[in-house]
Amino acid sequence: MTGERVTAPTLEPASASRGSIAAFIFKKALISALVALVLFSLMIGIRTEAGPTGQLIYWTRFPELAGMVAAVFAGSIAVELLRLWWGPVGTVMVVPPKVQSALALARRAIAPLLLIFTFLVPVIFYQQRYILDLGILVLTYVMLGWGLNVVVGLAGLLDLGYVAFYAVGAYSYALLATNFGLSFWICLPLAGILAALWGVMLGFPVLRLRGDYLAIVTLAFGEIIRLVIINWQSLTGGPNGVSGIPRPTLFGIPLTPADDGLAAKLGIEFSPTHRIVFLFYLILALALLTNWVTIRLRRLPIGRAWEALREDEVACRALGINITTTKLTAFATGAMFGGFAGAFFATRQGFISPESFTFQESALVLAIVVLGGMGSQLGVALAALAMIGGFELFRGLDQYRMLVFGVAMVLLMIWRPRGLIGHRAPTVYLEHSQAISSDLVKEGHG
Amino acid sequence: MDYFAQQLINGLVLGSIYGLIAIGYTMVYGIVGMINFAHGDIFMIGGFIALISFLVLVSLGLTAVPLILLIVLLVSMAITALYGWTVERIAYRPLRHSFRLAPMLSAIGMSFVLSNYSQVAQGARVKPVPPIITGGYTLLDNEGFVVRLSNVQIVVVITTIVLLAIFTWLVARTRLGRDMRACEQDQTMAALLGVDVDRTISMTFVIGAALAAVAGMMYLLYYGLVDFFMGFVAGIKAFTAAVLGGIGSLPGAMLGGLAIGLIETMWSAYFSVEYKDVAAFSILIVVLIFMPTGLLGRPEVEKV
Amino acid sequence: MRVNCILSVDHLSMRFGGIVAVNDLSFTAERRKITALIGPNGAGKTTVFNCITGFYKPSGGTMRLTHDDGRAIQLERLNDFRISKQAKVARTFQNIRLFPGMTALENLMVAQHNALMRASGLTFLGLIGAPSWRTAEKRAIDLATLWLKRIGLLDRADDAAGNLPYGDQRRLEIARAMCTEPALLCLDEPAAGLNARESAGLSELLLSIRDDHGASILLIEHDMSVVMEISDHVVVMDYGVKIAEGSPREVRDDPRVIAAYLGADEEEAIAVMESGT
Repeated sequence: MTGERVTAPTLEPASASRGSIAAFIFKKALISALVALVLFSLMIGIRTEAGPTGQLIYWTRFPELAGMVAAVFAGSIAVELLRLWWGPVGTVMVVPPKVQSALALARRAIAPLLLIFTFLVPVIFYQQRYILDLGILVLTYVMLGWGLNVVVGLAGLLDLGYVAFYAVGAYSYALLATNFGLSFWICLPLAGILAALWGVMLGFPVLRLRGDYLAIVTLAFGEIIRLVIINWQSLTGGPNGVSGIPRPTLFGIPLTPADDGLAAKLGIEFSPTHRIVFLFYLILALALLTNWVTIRLRRLPIGRAWEALREDEVACRALGINITTTKLTAFATGAMFGGFAGAFFATRQGFISPESFTFQESALVLAIVVLGGMGSQLGVALAALAMIGGFELFRGLDQYRMLVFGVAMVLLMIWRPRGLIGHRAPTVYLEHSQAISSDLVKEGHG
Repeated sequence: MDYFAQQLINGLVLGSIYGLIAIGYTMVYGIVGMINFAHGDIFMIGGFIALISFLVLVSLGLTAVPLILLIVLLVSMAITALYGWTVERIAYRPLRHSFRLAPMLSAIGMSFVLSNYSQVAQGARVKPVPPIITGGYTLLDNEGFVVRLSNVQIVVVITTIVLLAIFTWLVARTRLGRDMRACEQDQTMAALLGVDVDRTISMTFVIGAALAAVAGMMYLLYYGLVDFFMGFVAGIKAFTAAVLGGIGSLPGAMLGGLAIGLIETMWSAYFSVEYKDVAAFSILIVVLIFMPTGLLGRPEVEKV
Repeated sequence: MRVNCILSVDHLSMRFGGIVAVNDLSFTAERRKITALIGPNGAGKTTVFNCITGFYKPSGGTMRLTHDDGRAIQLERLNDFRISKQAKVARTFQNIRLFPGMTALENLMVAQHNALMRASGLTFLGLIGAPSWRTAEKRAIDLATLWLKRIGLLDRADDAAGNLPYGDQRRLEIARAMCTEPALLCLDEPAAGLNARESAGLSELLLSIRDDHGASILLIEHDMSVVMEISDHVVVMDYGVKIAEGSPREVRDDPRVIAAYLGADEEEAIAVMESGT
């Protein structure tokens, strides 16, 4: 990033000498190290474990403790030096107009380029199944992010239980397919409709709640759905989940080595990669459908009403907008996309269990939406790519993976509280469409 | 009736633990208006520190149980409070005047950090401890069915009451309490009138974390185990309690905690253990439908 | 009851707990006229507005709105968004409530929500891009453009509403209310915070809304120059009750009004009222 900085008042007086700065940094690092020493003293300095007899035993790990404290000391100095070099925290970048227009151009180019690249992924990486699988995973989260974006980004309603609709979609398909033998293409709309119905059922009584009350109710709803799935064993198989979920077919033609399979019909040699490629394009199509519908909806009165609701609910009421139905449609639309994604997830995995539908998933999707820049479709896609891709990068780290993930989430929020793309594009314009700065865009109270 | 009495006791004890955690949520919400998602994990850390310090004290040869408990209580309160302070300092303060969702996600991230940190540091397995406080009183012996009040339960309830009394005094009568209430009303104005807002908010987190540490220790005493994942469920329940009581209201948090504890216990006793959490969450939803700001929450006055 | 009256408020009362904000207030607003509701701070004017526009449910009394076609609506029976949607009463707010993150044009489009919802076939026709929807959308943009032109903000149509200067925001809010095509327009202190030039422009705008659009206006205002210049009828409130009403001239000379405005100090009160001429 280039650009001038508006410098905030510096902490040190201008006359501060090099020596006093060094002393300041040293003092700060020392305090950090002391705090770290107390924090880590028992948690890292001492390791407990249930011994062979069930009795709890412990041993000390003082070298590790010393190492951690030293790391904090060094890290603190590094952070302070960086801060000195980078300017005080909280400075605002003033991007010159020339760079701004270049950035705008880049931004306009990035979406089509990304789309073309995505279309080509199965061609380029045909031999690398891992990358194809990762691509499918990323696209699933892109779709979930776009779905939740309707609720959180556009309508400004905080939904902490989005995974519930994902679960409803997945279980709808799994149960309909395994019990009644319905095909994926019949179940897909059904899964969406069922999820939307659940969205309305949850939404109807609770949408007059505001802010964090709504947040906790959606969170509670997500947990209720998960707990019911775990405990209603006769229907859902409980913690064991549902297995043997039928794989999708290309409109009736199975992707199997069988005689009536696609490979046989086309007269080509069967490869399991066909199915992966098919799944890839399937989720890509579903995600693009979500995107297309959302973009269309934004330009329709309902979508504008969602955004208006996020901006000012009272003003909406004064303009004759029915708040309840507007919120409900947002909820139902978001839930429907979640349901589609769930059905896809079920058919892709062939097996689902409640473990896939925990609060962590909701938090992850919400993080994607917020990091993307609320309301920005491109931002959500980039954030999904960064989060899921990044998460995969740390696969080797094993048990440190979630730790790194959490740290990344905190740092990303501090770095970009308003998300990667913090501008709002108007839905209609007379002369020219100009991006609206995120400082003006409200977040909603719901 | 006897069965009911026994469940009532159990529910109140569980409710006390929830209430102690809920106060931390409600205080932070009141002063900075954010859901501190990491608070449940602060409670978990408190439990771990209580466990470790207990082990160390016992192996150092200390035998007087009340003395051990007192030291464990103080140590876990102090260290956990520092965790609360650090979390605020690192993850929330930079986002103080930012958009509403940024600190919330930062908090969710911090929650992942804390739970996985203790998993990495202390292992994933459940840590059991033998009962520390044993014995109790038989209140009623009605032909086979006994209503018992164990010493652990007495300790939990008394500790809760004492801490609540101290805490209420702190908020109602001290300079710090006054600063906290001022910041709750209007931070800018409070700052103009000479209140150190940063320090007050830090202290809020410190007090909340200290109370969560007490809850963690009580949990350890009562259930005899801790694990790295316990913060999430307890955190959600306690947050539910805070909302049920009316978020921002301190008596509400305690009331909500007791309510959630009782609902859970009674539901397990009379209906099904599996659905106890479903019952707690469903009742939360039902209460909020009819009282949109909780039991003791201030009704939101809409200024037009 | 005169046929010519669009709004008749009868024995309206509003209590909050023990506080009586409005007590047994009756007045009428005439069709195609500007009726001003004035009174010192805390007199209960905004409360009356909130009752009329459905934000409060009155403790007692009735409010009847009579449309041009003779259709009468009891406002106290409608609530919330229905006041605007069915009774066609639009309002602005004392502290401007635009959608700051949306452009001026978008603000005016949102105001046409109900008409556009119908035209978009409850979204479904719009989703497939039906021609009927396209024409309806174009008409909506035309109406918005018309209003942007009238308030002199055409060149800022694509700017975020939150970026507009204060005076422009005030006018935009009025235009937004007019885009709902209301029968009665309720303005809560539209001149607050405007300088003298902007106030004059506002007066002009309101007069043209009355004369060219045939809208009836109910107005709360502190700026006496505006009130005296454009009002056809003035209702004065103090402590929740009506203390006087009449033409601007009558009201200005009423000793009760003068007393209410500046207590016993009549000299000063007269000075204030005079300044409005």
